[in-house]
Amino acid sequence: MSQSLRTPLLFGAVALLFILQGSTDWWIFAGSWNASLTILNMALISAIMALGVNLQWGYAGLFNVGIMGFVALGGLATVLVSMPTTPGAWSQGGVGIVFGLLVGAATVVAAVLLRTRMAAGRNRTLATLATLIVGFFVYRYIFDAGVAGVEAINPAQTGYLGGLNPGGPENYKAHGYMTVLAWPIGGLLAAGAAWVVGKTALGLRSDYLAIATLGISEIVIAVIKNEDWLARGVKNVIGLPRPVPYEVDLQQSADFVARADSLGLDVTTASTLAVKLSYSALFTVVLVALIILAQLSLNSPWGRMMRAIRDNEVAAQAMGKDVTKRHLQIFVLGSALCGLAGAMMTTLDGQLVPGTYQPLRFTFLIWVMVIVGGSGNNLGSVLGAFLIWFLWIQVEPIGNWLMSVVTMGLDDGSALKAHLIDSAAHMRLFSMGIVLLLVLRFSPRGLIPEK
Amino acid sequence: MDFLNALVALSNFVLIPAIAYGSQLALGALGVTLIYGILRFSNFAHGDTMAFGAMVTILFTWWFQSMGISIHPLPTALLALPFGILFTALLLIATDRVVYRFYRRVKAKPIVFVMASMGVMFIMNGVVRFIIGPGDQRFADGERFIIRARDFKNATGLNEGLAFKTSQGITIVTAIIVVVALFWFLNRTRTGKSMRAFSDNEDLALLSGINPERVVMITWIIVAALITIAGTLYGLDKTFKPFTYFQLLLPIFASAIVGGLGNPLGAIAGGFVIAFSEVTITYAWKKVAVYLLPESLEPSGLVQLMSTDYKFAVSFVILIVVLLFKPTGLFKGQSV
Repeated sequence: MSQSLRTPLLFGAVALLFILQGSTDWWIFAGSWNASLTILNMALISAIMALGVNLQWGYAGLFNVGIMGFVALGGLATVLVSMPTTPGAWSQGGVGIVFGLLVGAATVVAAVLLRTRMAAGRNRTLATLATLIVGFFVYRYIFDAGVAGVEAINPAQTGYLGGLNPGGPENYKAHGYMTVLAWPIGGLLAAGAAWVVGKTALGLRSDYLAIATLGISEIVIAVIKNEDWLARGVKNVIGLPRPVPYEVDLQQSADFVARADSLGLDVTTASTLAVKLSYSALFTVVLVALIILAQLSLNSPWGRMMRAIRDNEVAAQAMGKDVTKRHLQIFVLGSALCGLAGAMMTTLDGQLVPGTYQPLRFTFLIWVMVIVGGSGNNLGSVLGAFLIWFLWIQVEPIGNWLMSVVTMGLDDGSALKAHLIDSAAHMRLFSMGIVLLLVLRFSPRGLIPEK
Repeated sequence: MDFLNALVALSNFVLIPAIAYGSQLALGALGVTLIYGILRFSNFAHGDTMAFGAMVTILFTWWFQSMGISIHPLPTALLALPFGILFTALLLIATDRVVYRFYRRVKAKPIVFVMASMGVMFIMNGVVRFIIGPGDQRFADGERFIIRARDFKNATGLNEGLAFKTSQGITIVTAIIVVVALFWFLNRTRTGKSMRAFSDNEDLALLSGINPERVVMITWIIVAALITIAGTLYGLDKTFKPFTYFQLLLPIFASAIVGGLGNPLGAIAGGFVIAFSEVTITYAWKKVAVYLLPESLEPSGLVQLMSTDYKFAVSFVILIVVLLFKPTGLFKGQSV
């Protein structure tokens, strides 16, 4: 089958899955448009993450195992931009926190300068160490006082710096557009983190980048979980503003009720569907724009250079290409996409819950999407995202169905049966691993291979 | 007296736990480094294979306990350990046959191996959670302490107690035995020498008639032994929970890289470097400081450099510093 036929067919098949999920409750399908749209919205976001990973892996062969961290940074950006500033937080400690962080940064810069300016020897080592130690204690002294000040403000409700929403605590939900502003900021935050990682780990062995990204993602999560002044840590930030209308407002608008009636829908259902559809529309706009950009870049001289580097680094180097620099560039770009998607995801959830960031869900699942869809092909990774996310959600009904078939012969009360049915949830990890290995082994180019 | 008290507090809270943790990391890092040296990839499934080995050991421990077999005062888990190693070795050899051998044959890039190991990690994680569940499991039995804090206080008359857990003692003794045996094997036996030759120069080793498949199989068996022991000791010392084993991956990798990937001696040194840094940086030094400093200088806070939640950050920062300044590790490893 030619690829020009294969791509639309596969996309059609995946679309059919979503339609079946909405329209029929046969076999594993839920028969609810609400459920179908919920899956679709997350699939759109996952597709953006998959595009980012495809940039890194498909174009450049870089192995990023820290997607979760970049996604979480995007989520953090949503809070920092779209929530209102906590009253008094800046005067009671926010300034101290920022000043403390600046002192910390200045210490590192001073140490780096000392290392580059002074001649190597015992004096340089001593001076660097002394700068670092003194700087660390000054930083902790200023920073800790600031943190204590901020966290003391109404800890049950706020106790954090808050964001930049101009509406203030009373009226911030009227400024829903702030969440959309947060998306590019999320991308920027992730790009900054990626630059630091890339700068240290790129240019070394390929596995080192994998290990370094694994580390940075664990640390990002640890910081978000523990720094309560930043985003309330595990106390979670809830009630983020929304870029789309609220269901309650829709239900009270006479116009909307009339339109729902004319479609023959119950008002409550219609309002949830309308909200979900508006999210889908927003996300689709972003995704389509990114796909177009990615396709253009792939076919540009820059994209050809990237693939040349991926396929033969030595030859590309001989042609005068700075491999490490190009790698850094694309690594930062790909991570920025993950950050953007992370900010969108937090917007969709309407809350930031650091405890939900699990590497298996956010890092490895995205990898499965890219590999299954077709690494090196943008449309392929998007398709992989839709398909795998659908399966990820549906693995549970499939697993339950499978387990009920397997345990049909067992007595109802038997312990083994109970254990097997309870364990159906762990089928997810297992089946994703099997899918990854099978595709990697038998069809390493994925569903829609690179041309 | 104050000085002695400070010393005891230091050993109790820093030295002994760090040595025990360092031994566990060193055993784990030895496995990573061996796989890296022979098979030439970073095995991401390491943490979850560790969990698998510990799980099999736990299942056998429970079985022995239910039959009343015990080696009191030592924990029954030691008796179950050989069975854990056996099953893990079989599993690893099977994984190699099914997954990795194909990529060796087509001479795939190392990064493809890494990716395959990620798939294996998923599956192992699923299997472990499927069999034993995601929660905490208790399987330690036997005498809990070699030295109890109260006995120590009574015997010495100091204010500070020194507790020395059996699990810590066993960890240290086992680690020494395993490391000595491993080095004897690598340096003195014919098979060990062929492994080192293979690791140093694959082509030359093939040319001199070393069978690569045999070398690979023996590597997996040794790795199985190392990580089952490391996993069981970690479980005895702290707790068995599948997710913590996944998280151990980072400190283990850090240990192996800090020491120099592919260098067994480096892996051991790296394990202790990481363990000591983690423990000293996240320990609240107030107790020690109170004994050592005059009253006027006594600290008001906990004197904790970083909260324990950031212990992964410690291994990561050390890893980054080593990558920046000495990418081959403290002891010269193979990689750049």
